Amino acid sequence: MTPETVIDMEHVSTRFGHHVVHEDINLRVVRGEILGLVGGSGSGKTTLVREMIGLDQPSAGHVSLFGERLDRIGPGALAMLRNRCGVLFQGGALFSALTVFENVAFPLQEYRAIEPTLIRDLVYMKLTQVGLGPEVAPRLPAELSGGMVKRVALARALALEPELLFLDEPTSGLDPVTAQAFVHHLQGLHRELGFTGVVITHDLDLMRDLCTALAILADHRIVARGTPAEVAESPHPFVATMFSGERGQRVFGTMAS
Amino acid sequence: MEREADGGGVTNEGIIDGRGEQAALARLEPAGYAVRHDEHGRTLLVLTGHWTLRGIDGRAGALSSELRKYAQKGGEVVWDCREVQTLDNVGALVLWRLQGFAQRTGIEVRPEHAALCERWAQRQAPPNTPRAPRTGPIDTLMSLERGLRSHALDFTALVGQIVLDSGRLLRRPNRIPWKDVSATIYEAGVRALGITALVGALVGIVMSYLSALELQTFGAQSFIVNILGLSIMRELGPLLAAILVAGRSGSAMAAELGVMRLTEELDALSAMGISQTVRLILPKIVALAIALPLLVIWTDAIALLGGMVAAHIILGISIPSFIHAIPSAVPVVNFLLGIVKGVVFGIVVALIACHFGLRIQPNTLSLGVETTNAVVTAITAVIFVDAMFAIAFRGVGLP
Repeated sequence: MTPETVIDMEHVSTRFGHHVVHEDINLRVVRGEILGLVGGSGSGKTTLVREMIGLDQPSAGHVSLFGERLDRIGPGALAMLRNRCGVLFQGGALFSALTVFENVAFPLQEYRAIEPTLIRDLVYMKLTQVGLGPEVAPRLPAELSGGMVKRVALARALALEPELLFLDEPTSGLDPVTAQAFVHHLQGLHRELGFTGVVITHDLDLMRDLCTALAILADHRIVARGTPAEVAESPHPFVATMFSGERGQRVFGTMAS
Repeated sequence: MEREADGGGVTNEGIIDGRGEQAALARLEPAGYAVRHDEHGRTLLVLTGHWTLRGIDGRAGALSSELRKYAQKGGEVVWDCREVQTLDNVGALVLWRLQGFAQRTGIEVRPEHAALCERWAQRQAPPNTPRAPRTGPIDTLMSLERGLRSHALDFTALVGQIVLDSGRLLRRPNRIPWKDVSATIYEAGVRALGITALVGALVGIVMSYLSALELQTFGAQSFIVNILGLSIMRELGPLLAAILVAGRSGSAMAAELGVMRLTEELDALSAMGISQTVRLILPKIVALAIALPLLVIWTDAIALLGGMVAAHIILGISIPSFIHAIPSAVPVVNFLLGIVKGVVFGIVVALIACHFGLRIQPNTLSLGVETTNAVVTAITAVIFVDAMFAIAFRGVGLP
């Protein structure tokens, strides 16, 4: 059985005025894989992800999510599709006026298909799943550390049991130990919940530990796509500098050989 | 278990492929159940479909109440969850509430769902959120008093800091941030010319019409110069300009400081060793103290112009003769008093806007609340100060 395609980008180009961001990008993400989206600063990784969720429209080409063309479906259907996706924004994007509990409960309350009595139990379970105790529930986002903000944001992204999870630099701004623990958590959640993931990252450790596939964005195109080991063999100069550097060798050396 | 061989159409492909298969269909099979009996006479409760958020889709309450009678029978009923295609936290929660997952004997789950069930079985009950204690009138008064005291304290500290910093600046005038002052004068003064002119002209016309009708009945048309000149230059001009500036610039200043707190720009300034009061607050106060009296003169002029035009239309008083009559009808001290008021109002508006701006907490709710407070308090304070002026200068410049 061929695995189902969750995201399908066909001939996607993006231009802001004369500034070309993407040129003829073709990218498929299949169910169950976690795709690491890698590229230099300003290579348009975040823009690509925004196009996948339908927040931005590409200048040419089209994007399909769960087999539905995003440019052809109505706002109601788009909202339904988005309910099946979770997004972890880079800065967390927690609602600053709401407590941690209210932040995680918010999507559940808005979904309106869950009895209010269940929401409380679900929220505390989500917090446990991301490794937070119940004592953080009444705090405000401003009172949390960077790592905790990311965890709460992950709990909120997971609130509606998404089949597809977008993670924008999940470990940026975290210390190595916290980052490692966060990746470990994501791995466990992936095993348990079986979501499909798209991860924007620069973190080589994360690529090795979490991603089942990598796509390298450089020169406005996807220059390499495949398992981390396959991508590491790519002759493209960006990939070469990234993976053959001292750090790259240390992380991926054992894998490539 | 006899049904084991009958696992039938459900393949054990694992959760990922299982989901893939189903999502390809337009609608996924909803969460359901069937009751069967095995050869030993036991009741088998076979759960089917997708026990997920979307599979249950709002029927959690209904399913729970239907299944509760089986749950109450305890050990007689075997829960067979092996035909459940996917299970997520919502489904697990509903099952956990009914069955408890406590005795592993009474329930059969697919191996890939075991971890999730285990997690719920071992879950610690979340703490009860303590209800906010009821607040009586005494508590309300106490918190009001606390709020007032903290405002008074902060405000005094702000004024003190400004006095100290301006003393230091006077000794080193090359440190005065003229650029910021001039930018604020442009923003709060020049850009407010249009709206103050419009409001001033309209109020002048209204005043003129109202008093003209009354004066005509007494045959005292020429006194319109006294009424318009005195009321506009002494009261309305300064008050209108100050209220408009409080609304326009007061909110902008408070919000600016609040967003700077949100984005940690205030902390960045302090970390560079640059005083917030010198760079951010003092320029605003100086700028408004300069711009507002100028706006008062402008508003006075336009309001009088509006009044003159209206008086010309109703009473037939020509505009040149009106202008000639003003100096003799209105003592010049009224005009000067209006300008002094403008200076004071400018300082009051800027101080209050900065005071509330600095109180903004780093969250969106507080930004809105404190900006509103800044404007409301600034306008109230302007009117309050105006009343004090009226009392203090009751013997000055009035006929």
